[in-house]
Amino acid sequence: MITSALIPKPLARLPWRLIFLVTGIATFGLVVLYSAAGGSMQPWALKQALVFFAFLAIAIAMSWMKESTIKAIAFPLYGITLVMLIGVEALGFVSKGAQRWLDLGPIKLQPSEFMKPAIVLTLARFYELVPAGEIRKWRAIWPALLLLGVPALLILIQPDLGTCIVVVLCGITVMFLAGLPWWFFATPAAGFAVAAPIAYRFMHGYQKQRINTFLNPDSDPLGAGYHIAQSKIAIGSGGIWGKGFLHGSQSHLDYLPEGHTDFVFATMAEEWGLVGGVILMLAFALVIRWGMQVSQNARTRFAQLAAAGLSATIFFYVAINLMMVMGLAPVVGVPLPLVSYGGSAVMTVMLCLGLLMALERQQRTVSRVI
Amino acid sequence: MKHMRITTAHQSITFSRRMMLLGGAQVAVGGLLVGRMGWLAIAQNQKYQLLSESNRVQLIPVPPRRGWIIDRYGKPIAINKASFRVDLIPQQIVNGPQILARLQQLLDLAPDDMERITRELSQSRGFQPVSVADNVPYDRYAAITVRLPELPGIAASQGFTRFYPGGSTVGQLVGYVGPASAEEYERENKNPLLLIPGVKIGKEGLEKVLEPVLRGQPGGQRVEVTARGKIVKELDPKPDISGGTVQLTIDADLHEYAARRIGDQSASVVVIDVASGDILAMPSMPSFDPNNFSDGISQAEWKMLSSDDHLPLVDKTVESLYPSGSTIKPSMALALLNAGVDRKQIVNCTGAFRLGNHTFHCDRRHGPLDMDGAVVHSCDVYFYTMCLRIGAEKLAPMVRSMGFGEKFDLPFDHQRYGTIPDPEWMMRKYHRKWQGYDTVNMSIGQGMVLINPLQLGVMASRLATGKRVVPRLIKSKPVVPQAQLEVDQDHLDFIRKAMWGVVDHGTAAAAKFPIAVIQMAGKTGTAQTHNLSAGERGNYTSAVWKLRDHSLFMAFVPFDNPRYAAGTIVEHGGFGAAVAAPLVRDTLTFLYDKQKAIQALNAFEQSIGGTLEERLARKTAAWRAANGLPPLPPKQA
Repeated sequence: MITSALIPKPLARLPWRLIFLVTGIATFGLVVLYSAAGGSMQPWALKQALVFFAFLAIAIAMSWMKESTIKAIAFPLYGITLVMLIGVEALGFVSKGAQRWLDLGPIKLQPSEFMKPAIVLTLARFYELVPAGEIRKWRAIWPALLLLGVPALLILIQPDLGTCIVVVLCGITVMFLAGLPWWFFATPAAGFAVAAPIAYRFMHGYQKQRINTFLNPDSDPLGAGYHIAQSKIAIGSGGIWGKGFLHGSQSHLDYLPEGHTDFVFATMAEEWGLVGGVILMLAFALVIRWGMQVSQNARTRFAQLAAAGLSATIFFYVAINLMMVMGLAPVVGVPLPLVSYGGSAVMTVMLCLGLLMALERQQRTVSRVI
Repeated sequence: MKHMRITTAHQSITFSRRMMLLGGAQVAVGGLLVGRMGWLAIAQNQKYQLLSESNRVQLIPVPPRRGWIIDRYGKPIAINKASFRVDLIPQQIVNGPQILARLQQLLDLAPDDMERITRELSQSRGFQPVSVADNVPYDRYAAITVRLPELPGIAASQGFTRFYPGGSTVGQLVGYVGPASAEEYERENKNPLLLIPGVKIGKEGLEKVLEPVLRGQPGGQRVEVTARGKIVKELDPKPDISGGTVQLTIDADLHEYAARRIGDQSASVVVIDVASGDILAMPSMPSFDPNNFSDGISQAEWKMLSSDDHLPLVDKTVESLYPSGSTIKPSMALALLNAGVDRKQIVNCTGAFRLGNHTFHCDRRHGPLDMDGAVVHSCDVYFYTMCLRIGAEKLAPMVRSMGFGEKFDLPFDHQRYGTIPDPEWMMRKYHRKWQGYDTVNMSIGQGMVLINPLQLGVMASRLATGKRVVPRLIKSKPVVPQAQLEVDQDHLDFIRKAMWGVVDHGTAAAAKFPIAVIQMAGKTGTAQTHNLSAGERGNYTSAVWKLRDHSLFMAFVPFDNPRYAAGTIVEHGGFGAAVAAPLVRDTLTFLYDKQKAIQALNAFEQSIGGTLEERLARKTAAWRAANGLPPLPPKQA
């Protein structure tokens, strides 16, 4: 918050620190995309800049939304997204091919992206409605499971394992914070250990391959393990200070696959080293901490749960992507928000941030009224 | 907690606690990520830097130049010639037939070549280049290079071709080189060098055996490449190391002379420097031209070579085995003397010798002869009689010590060593007792006796020196010290005198050395291959070539102070003195008087219808005509 007589009040009341932080991350991302294209704004950096600033504007506009409005749209948003997910599935069935996109002429919509904030808002709204005394009852669990399970399943069969994992983790985070009993989390964890081998058998070939490769990346260094191996080489060879801007051989000579999308962190780390990586991770940590503080300062249960869930969404995005590029998790296709090229991740993160800014403004307004 | 009613306050506490847990978990994950990145970028930095470099920099191997093979005076036997070449990379070919048709037109390829290319294309693996043409003239090469973009799969390059100045006269000696086959590629653990178009490895003969020395170390152009193999920039190259030069003990001029002097016969000659054991010449003719082989030869050419009854694909000097015939007699005489036979003792030759109910013949009635006469006139009956008296047990060791049946350490991989039989060997090999007729057969080098021409040359050397002369072909190998043979000097002098007599007034009197001060000593041999009647045997020109006797001769010069020894076997050449002796005489003359020897060769070649090249061209044309093939296009310069 900037307090100055020179700046008009509505502007001064924006969360400038967050906006600077996010713009900083995105700008660094643009620098990396510029380098990944061999030192050119084309074909990625310029387009990404336009997308980012467009969504930043939308996020700032969203910050004027009232909490009551957000509450009111929670269920409809969820419903529409679910219908779109089913629509994508049906379209895929008709065209006999995998389908993630809903082609609406000029724009392509990926409904699974909307599901990330939607599931957070819906579950937050649901647990706000559950009376405190009922929270440990079965009644407080099965509707949430259904609300989470149906879209998760629809996304999984698209197939988009990465998004599915993020959606499920976001949902579980909200349920955890809502105060569901411990056994609810412990049992599935145990169950997962048992069910994982069974689930493995039903996975798509490429998903199986990714998990095999993750468990033993050296088994197939030229095949599916190639991504992880090359990513580790890029990060490891960067050292502490990096090879220098525009001097990353792994990315510039195309050894690093997906160097501008999922593996953009490796492209960055090769040129900017450990220093660049730690600064970027710190910046994300600050964004997430800001979101978590919004949650802690929230007055209402909905705002608490929603803010924490939305922050968690950003956290899971970043954490899963970084674990993936550093060889700590299988390659599941989760981009690094604000840095990876592509509009979907930017859109999701900016929607989350827009909602968080709205909730944060609400706190300040309310406190001032009081 | 279960029994307690949960209130909003409780819920708030739970939320705060769980928020702390969640925050803690997030910090833990963050810590893990920073730690992991530190591990990769600091602890393992060197390992990954190395991997990144090996990604970035690739080595395009530059084939080393193959080492030369030179003769004892430094004259080239196998060298490299700069050349332009065109190859096909099967993997990259888009429209095979069309490309081939275009190539045929641009390079003016003969149907033979087209047929070879098609065959090799169908057999090759995708990555293995198929040689289209080697030694392409510059204007044709240029015509290909300007059209490269429209000819996918074609690679035009500059390189080196193996060149053998001696042509077919050195074919059996050096073997030939060719592109590595799929098996050879696998055997060398997929050595990438073998895939480079134009890289040839030794396939036969010395080229194959000496491969480790001749090949050298590939160098490389270090380049920065993208993951898709596109070259971004060139870095400083790593130089290649040329293959080593191998110097042979061969005298290239003498070798070629002997090869030409063989004429149209199927024969081989071995000339040895008796002081060192150096092999000065060892041609085997007819042969193939290794210059043609290095490009891969056409099916027609291969068929012509492999169907030839003069066996151009066999190195007769070390691979072919023949009965020694009478050339064994000097060694037999030494064995008899050693066993105490009086050299003055007379045997009366009646032209026939009865043993049991079988009669063995002599080529004529010699009448009464002592040992000297028996060697000089090559009387069989004398040796039947004396050898039976002494027994095979005492004969075989002497003959073996003279080099027959002996293995020599020479750089050839198909050597055959033959047999000098004895009773113990007969029992082991044929499970039967040695009989008198075995001794009779052995005494004149027939029956089980088998030798190769090199051993004949070695025997002449050992008779000449009385020392265990060991042949040597690679100049850098140490000369094997020559031990004295266990023979009386007196016996040796006697036998040399007898061998001088063979040339002076005996069976080889027609092949006297043409230089007055130098006298040659030798021994003829006629090895029966089929049981011809006496009438047929007398008339050699009339009998079917395949049924005629082999003609053998061994000799050394000068008789009084031996310097060079030689052995030759002319397949189905007839009486030893008629063909083999003059061949050796002329070859050895070349060592003393080149002028005289060349005159003799010219006269000889005139009599058989022209030089080696002319005769070969005629032969090829006749063969092609007989097999319904179009004549070859004239050779490009």
